[in-house]
Amino acid sequence: MDNSSQLAQYILSGLSNGAIYALIGFGFAIIHNATGIINFAQGEFVMLGGMLTIFFLVFLQLPLVPAIALAITLATVVGIVFERLAIRPLKNAKPLSLIIITIGASIFLRGAAMLIWGKDTHALPPFSGNDPLYIAGATILPQHLWIFGISILIIILNKAFFNFTITGKAMRACAYNSYAASLVGIDVKIMVLLSFVISAAIGSMAGIIIAPLTMTSYDVGIMLGLKGFIAVIIGGMSSGLGTVLGGLLLGLLESLGAGYISASYKDAIAFIILLLILFVRPEGLFKKKETQRV
Amino acid sequence: MTKEKRQILIFLFFAAAVLATPLFLKGSYFLNVLVFIGINTMLAVALNLLLGYAGQISLGHAAFFGLGAYISGILTTRFAIDPWQAMGLAGFCSAGLAFVIGFPILKLKGHYLAMATLGFGIIMYITFNETVGWTGGPSGLSGIPNLHIGSLIFDNDWNNYYLIWIFTLGVMLLSINLSQSRIGRALRAIHDSEVAARVMGVNARVLKVQIFTVSALLSAIAGSLYAHTMTFISPVAFGFNFSVELVTMVIIGGLGSIYGSFLGAAILTMLPELLRVFKDFDIVLYGLMLILITMYMPGGLISGLSMLAKFVASKIRGKQSNA
Repeated sequence: MDNSSQLAQYILSGLSNGAIYALIGFGFAIIHNATGIINFAQGEFVMLGGMLTIFFLVFLQLPLVPAIALAITLATVVGIVFERLAIRPLKNAKPLSLIIITIGASIFLRGAAMLIWGKDTHALPPFSGNDPLYIAGATILPQHLWIFGISILIIILNKAFFNFTITGKAMRACAYNSYAASLVGIDVKIMVLLSFVISAAIGSMAGIIIAPLTMTSYDVGIMLGLKGFIAVIIGGMSSGLGTVLGGLLLGLLESLGAGYISASYKDAIAFIILLLILFVRPEGLFKKKETQRV
Repeated sequence: MTKEKRQILIFLFFAAAVLATPLFLKGSYFLNVLVFIGINTMLAVALNLLLGYAGQISLGHAAFFGLGAYISGILTTRFAIDPWQAMGLAGFCSAGLAFVIGFPILKLKGHYLAMATLGFGIIMYITFNETVGWTGGPSGLSGIPNLHIGSLIFDNDWNNYYLIWIFTLGVMLLSINLSQSRIGRALRAIHDSEVAARVMGVNARVLKVQIFTVSALLSAIAGSLYAHTMTFISPVAFGFNFSVELVTMVIIGGLGSIYGSFLGAAILTMLPELLRVFKDFDIVLYGLMLILITMYMPGGLISGLSMLAKFVASKIRGKQSNA
């Protein structure tokens, strides 16, 4: 493989991974903007998407589209149960307690997945076959096109929801100032629930579209969740363009680093990027610096 | 009796119980378990200094444990350095790394600090795994020599028990002393409200880094002890899962409570033994315990026990006044 096609291949895989990171990042951003907490269990929704789809596909012999729809629904239900049982009772808890609870939930979901489905890795069959296309020297699988297509669709729907629907604007109002939002008649509790619903749905979808490319197992949630978090940190906790750029940037840097520096340190590169961003510019690359009331 | 004197007395009782226990357990497998409980208690107390007193969350503490173990292991196997000196160097290097990384990392708060420490922990884990030339990579590092004082070699459960627990008791005493001092009060002030503490003159930035460094130093020493008693180490023990296990020990025992850390360490060390048949349930149980304890008993099991004690005492007093 000559250098330019190698570069094209790295860029392609970097962008497709980056799209997934961006989608996972949306999940973090939406919940954080509505509630102020970081949902450590976000990665587990991603894992559940892939694993549940495989379960429905293989064990219940459902066709692909119903399996996906059912998997997303079930993951969303898990998100709702999680919000009701663990988050809602503790709206006024210390930040440390909320962090611990979401970590506990992430561990619990991972452990439950391991009990139900074992430790093996599973492969989801690609949505439309395996015949590659060749563009600019890079091998593009149909699954890559699905990833880009569905990601763009979700990004557009996201933007439309938050900017053009009443519910979306109500959620943004909650993010700015939940007290003021409740004073104008917005039911903050419903908005919080909705944020979990959307995050779980987007997260599980992200898990489903990447699963045919990178096998899925009970513990993919940790790494994917963390990388989604890195994406949203780079993007400044926005549920829009910032996170998309953050995700793509992370995917590219990771892929190029793995290709040209060292493949086994791929994950370390992502975390070094995280530490650098947190040390130097924690508000992200695309936001103005914020001040906080003491 | 003053509160401080009472704490020292409680500690002396605890230490006496710890030192006397092997006499009742001659040659039992349980002695081996207690050695592990000792190491985990030391780690949990070290983490408690950071998490319970200063309120700074660290999800990467296994990294310092591993760093201490690997530096000790590498220095003694590849460079034939005396184990005690290697332990000193391991502690010094880990403390140095913690000091350097502490300043930027502890500027962060809450979730960002959690993620940064998590990232740091994972970077260290990947390094342990990939620098095969030094660490032996995933297959681990073996042939680490035992510690010895003169002709007394620490290579069996009995000797190791006393070696580990003397260190652990020392760390516990250090923590009790720290909590009663000006520094301990300053740390708790930072925990409650960093801004208010700084307004009152506490140099929060430096103090947080200092306690982070001390915590890392103690964890590294625990790692070194672990390496020399196990004589074999591999990266698996120093990953994200163990970091979370340490946080779980501190939380379920009780933030800020030394004996709570012991309780948490004991429970979590014995859990795999108790669950032998249902071995795979351990992860699910950790998650559940974290959630339930944080929701319903935020002070940890120690606070639960003291609530129980007060309840029983009031019932007894009630009966006495009725009689």
